[in-house]
Amino acid sequence: MTPLAPAVRPPRPVGLVVGGVILGIWVVCAIGGELLVPDPYATDSFATLAPPSAEHWLGTDRLGRDVFARAVTGARSILLVAPAATLIGTLIGTALGLVTGYFAGAVDDVVSRLVSVVLSLPVVIVALLALVALGPSSLTVIGVIGFIFSAPIARTVRAAVRVEREKDYVEAARLRREPALAILFVEILPNVLGPVLTEATVRLGYAVFFIATLSFLGFGIQPPSPDWGLAIYENYTLLRASAWPVIVPAVAIASLVVSVHLVAEGLVRRGER
Amino acid sequence: MTTVAVPPGRSDVARLADPPPPPRRLVRRLLRPVVLLLVNLVLLSALVFFGAEVLPGNIGRLLLGRTADQQSVDVLNRELGADRPLVERYLSFMGDLLQGDLGTSLALRQPNSELLGAALLNSLKLAALAFAIVVPLALVGGVVAALRRDTWVDRTIIGVGVALTVLPEFVTGLIAILVLSLGLKLFPVTATPPPGSGALTQIYYLVMPAIPLVVVLFGYLAKLARAGTVTALDSDYHRTAVLKGLPGRVVVSRHVLRNALLPTISVLGTQAGYLIGGLVVVEILFNYRGVGSLIFTAAQAKDIPLLEVGVLTVGVAYMLLTALSDVVAGLLDPRVRVR
Repeated sequence: MTPLAPAVRPPRPVGLVVGGVILGIWVVCAIGGELLVPDPYATDSFATLAPPSAEHWLGTDRLGRDVFARAVTGARSILLVAPAATLIGTLIGTALGLVTGYFAGAVDDVVSRLVSVVLSLPVVIVALLALVALGPSSLTVIGVIGFIFSAPIARTVRAAVRVEREKDYVEAARLRREPALAILFVEILPNVLGPVLTEATVRLGYAVFFIATLSFLGFGIQPPSPDWGLAIYENYTLLRASAWPVIVPAVAIASLVVSVHLVAEGLVRRGER
Repeated sequence: MTTVAVPPGRSDVARLADPPPPPRRLVRRLLRPVVLLLVNLVLLSALVFFGAEVLPGNIGRLLLGRTADQQSVDVLNRELGADRPLVERYLSFMGDLLQGDLGTSLALRQPNSELLGAALLNSLKLAALAFAIVVPLALVGGVVAALRRDTWVDRTIIGVGVALTVLPEFVTGLIAILVLSLGLKLFPVTATPPPGSGALTQIYYLVMPAIPLVVVLFGYLAKLARAGTVTALDSDYHRTAVLKGLPGRVVVSRHVLRNALLPTISVLGTQAGYLIGGLVVVEILFNYRGVGSLIFTAAQAKDIPLLEVGVLTVGVAYMLLTALSDVVAGLLDPRVRVR
């Protein structure tokens, strides 16, 4: 017998695969680090801003450090800081969203207003303000970006919780006299986990974006780290002398940001199906 | 946006046919956004004050560094008024602001208002140019993508647009410098034209810094324009227009576009706010003296008074733009107004 209609095949997740491969390469670089390449901190004052050669595959920076080695080891800092910031933002944002969505009233009003105020300032500018006050370091960057990201996540979770709150299973839990905390975290949380995870994966892409930007401004990850944004900050004024120390980390950032977004979008699409 | 409770069980048609609301409700509807805006402004100022003056713990210590002796820290704190109670400090900060006194920059020894005024004008020029380029570009891109839906044209425009949107501005800016300035030598690397140059020269110098801003906004706006056009193309009035034999060009220009572009135009205000964040990076990269680079220099010099006022200005600008875009959306689309 012939099939009545050609089978509808779901579109292949090209984006997810491409993004996953690029991201995978950077994760390997981040883990392997110094084991894979020559010393990224070794300076050579006789070969500063050198063009690519057999010794230095992608040339050297203004201190004569190997650009290729620094690009490979530079993956580590951003791949630690960005997920950590996203995780903190997701935890705080989810807790805030659960509480404000469930207990409508004064708490909700105040927190929601604060959230919209945080959202009314560009991320880079709030982060600058806070990093001046706290002093720039990887830890403060994680805290500050996590704090800022908790605002949009809280907004998403709050909207999902307000829908869930009206459902029968919540009413049943209330009638069973479950404590409010149990209703929030045992009953409602598992049912809003979808939007939470979606929001978190999308945020991870933005975290890479903003942490790279803060490093470029000199307010993020600090020297002598081989971090990519920092490398561009240190070398971009010397662009005319040699473009290599700038192009290489710029391409690295671009490929990482795009791959994280491709993976995030692919996963979200998968979750929707 | 104003919300007016609608009695249950009434259709949209019935609601549209309602007589205008009595004057008292109208006043409340107009007042609500203004009151909310004021509340937001107070909270914003508190947040900025908290971030700049409370978070560091001790301002004098922050400014002088860890090695300074306690006596000079105390003297500086007294000079800055940072030894007074917190509430008193916040109230005097707000009092000065409301009287138009924006304070004096610590590092530059100039009134903040003068510094900000000049910087705002420069940023406005850059933002206006970026908008003037990106809005028509994204609208045309989105509409073309929708008209050629699910073809390679559609996929290329939207795919490339979105991929570029996620790149940090300093990355796209650097690539633009490398290709257009250093490679092809089409545009200057710096954004600041020689003093006393005419409008056209100024625009010529601003094209380069506008590019990363255009790139970061294009994908989102084009996607919105595409979505709006697709909805309009799927609508009944589009089908009717085609079936009654109107030529394709007329259908698109008169029936599709008018409805398609409303949602896009109504988000322009929030996008303008988003643009301000990009300004910091772009202005530094291209050595341009705008609000973004002013805030950045203030941050580098730990110039707390200038930093506070700069950040506050950006927040106020964003809030006003968002409020304005709500109003414009209401003017353009009566349905939004009723809701």
